Amino acid sequence: MAETHSLQDLQQPAVSSKVFIQRDYSSGTICRFQTKFPSELESRLDKQQFEETIQTLNNLYAEAEKLGGKSYLEGCLACLTAYTIFLCMETHYEKVLKKIARYIKDQNEKIYAPRGLLLTDPIERGLRVVEVTIFEDRSIGSGR
Amino acid sequence: MKNCEYQQIDPQALPTPTPTPPPHQGNDIDEEEKKKKKKKKEEKEPKRPKRKWEVFPGKNRFYCDGRIIVARQSGVLPLTLGLILVTSGLFFIFDCPFLVKHLTSCIPVIGGVLFVFVVITLLQTSFTDPGILPRATPDEAADIEKQIDNTGNTSYRPPPRTKEVLINQQVVKLKYCFTCKMFRPPRTSHCSLCDNCVERFDHHCPWVGNCVGKRNYRFFYTFIVSLSFLTAFIFGCVTTHLALRAQGGKGLVFALQESPGSAVELVICFFSVWSILGLSGFHTYLVASNLTTNEDIKGSWSGKSGEDVTNPYSHRNIFINCCSVLCAPMPPSLIDRRGFLPADESAQTGGTDIELPTLAAKSEINVCTQGTKGLLESAALSPLLSTSCPQGKPQTAHPCPDSSSPAANSDPSPELSTGCGAHHTASSHGDASPPRHTKTRSKKCKRAALHIPNPAFDVPVSPTSPDTGPGSKARGHKGASFAPLH
Repeated sequence: MAETHSLQDLQQPAVSSKVFIQRDYSSGTICRFQTKFPSELESRLDKQQFEETIQTLNNLYAEAEKLGGKSYLEGCLACLTAYTIFLCMETHYEKVLKKIARYIKDQNEKIYAPRGLLLTDPIERGLRVVEVTIFEDRSIGSGR
Repeated sequence: MKNCEYQQIDPQALPTPTPTPPPHQGNDIDEEEKKKKKKKKEEKEPKRPKRKWEVFPGKNRFYCDGRIIVARQSGVLPLTLGLILVTSGLFFIFDCPFLVKHLTSCIPVIGGVLFVFVVITLLQTSFTDPGILPRATPDEAADIEKQIDNTGNTSYRPPPRTKEVLINQQVVKLKYCFTCKMFRPPRTSHCSLCDNCVERFDHHCPWVGNCVGKRNYRFFYTFIVSLSFLTAFIFGCVTTHLALRAQGGKGLVFALQESPGSAVELVICFFSVWSILGLSGFHTYLVASNLTTNEDIKGSWSGKSGEDVTNPYSHRNIFINCCSVLCAPMPPSLIDRRGFLPADESAQTGGTDIELPTLAAKSEINVCTQGTKGLLESAALSPLLSTSCPQGKPQTAHPCPDSSSPAANSDPSPELSTGCGAHHTASSHGDASPPRHTKTRSKKCKRAALHIPNPAFDVPVSPTSPDTGPGSKARGHKGASFAPLH
């Protein structure tokens, strides 16, 4: 009975566990995630790569929430129009969120999926955690 | 030799095995039962895809298919709106004609602008998501519990859990919210009236019928400031009007008799102008020092306990504080009200454990091959969505026509016309598409629609299809395609 492939093998691998990277509140309420490397990922991923991903995410969120000339202008203009301008144009934050979504997708495709991991966009978890799903490694011992 | 004909059996033509049939007269009942079962099964599969607002755990009400959110108790919002409309109406009817004739025609213009500002900001404060934090997913909650249990023991319910963090060299205690099953971020508080954790929680305002939090504080502030201007303006105009009428020795009573509406306005404005001016002044102080009403009342940073505590969130500069509270980039809504629930959650049938892995495998194929079909089906379903749910009927003054269906119909073709390939190319011009499509909706619906964050699904259900494409609408429609395909 060498090659009976169950339906499970042909479908997606099962989730073995999830790791949650929590928020880092040391600089206030801005959106930052902890860069501490979780021990569960040690066997799958490089510490450096992980830190780079999280750091880039933190930088992107900082860019979204940055108080600069452009955001003040947007805010003042919005106030003058009784905030009806939000109905017509995409806010700066939303634009950066799209950028973040693209970045996460890119990282998943290039780095995380080949290692049996999946990053979840924090916006789907209310910007509370970065969820990393660890899939069972079926490449070893699948014939058993 | 016997001629044996072997016919190929068509598996689909095989009758489903039925239990041992009862005696002859039971045959009809049996068939009926079979038909019922089959119909039920069919009905279960293409189940109406549910939107996330329909299963929202907090005490909120949703209108316009999830575009508008209010607290469960509308408080005295109708009274607030009524007072503003009545006072302004009386002002325009009774005072403006006289004042235009005797003074200047700028008066109704200024009054009109202020009135419009007040009403718009009031409605925005009431109908915007104040910054509600979605409750923790079961996996997250379990992870947090595990971390807490590692440090304490589990034999009894532990004392209120807190976590200390250092924010700008200030120790801040984060409390654990038992309802939402997570540690509340700093400045977040759980509103018992709305049963939600709200970020940068200021207070729950009954006049506005909603919590005031991070996302709608600027609307609230603009509302009370413009309302204080409007009240003061009307008060001043009415006083001038009555004074002018009473000139020439005619007396105040005569003036009031001539213009009875002004008397009503005078009373209303006199009693409200002090409280509203006071409130505006108080909130101006809060904005300048980057405090919330909640923190001010509790005295979190006033150093009452004798320690050297300062507000760690203040930028130490009034101008920067004001800008960061009022002019900062508008944060997105974290509760995805209009996203669709993954089909297995909404179906709630017995066979969901099979659906979980298959959903992942099928999801991308489904979108690619049946994307347009699914979208058209969902477009057909969306009018049903808005009319079948009683909360879908807008009860407030502003009309929300069923723009969801025409908008939905206009969405599919540009975004998913070429199937899977288009799904990726759409992301490159995704920035351009949402504004174009939102113009077909009414104003309030547009505003709420834009506040929705982009992803629409719970990723655990579809782990290999991370939804990082454009616009919530595209994903919303994609989500709808799940249900009909099961």
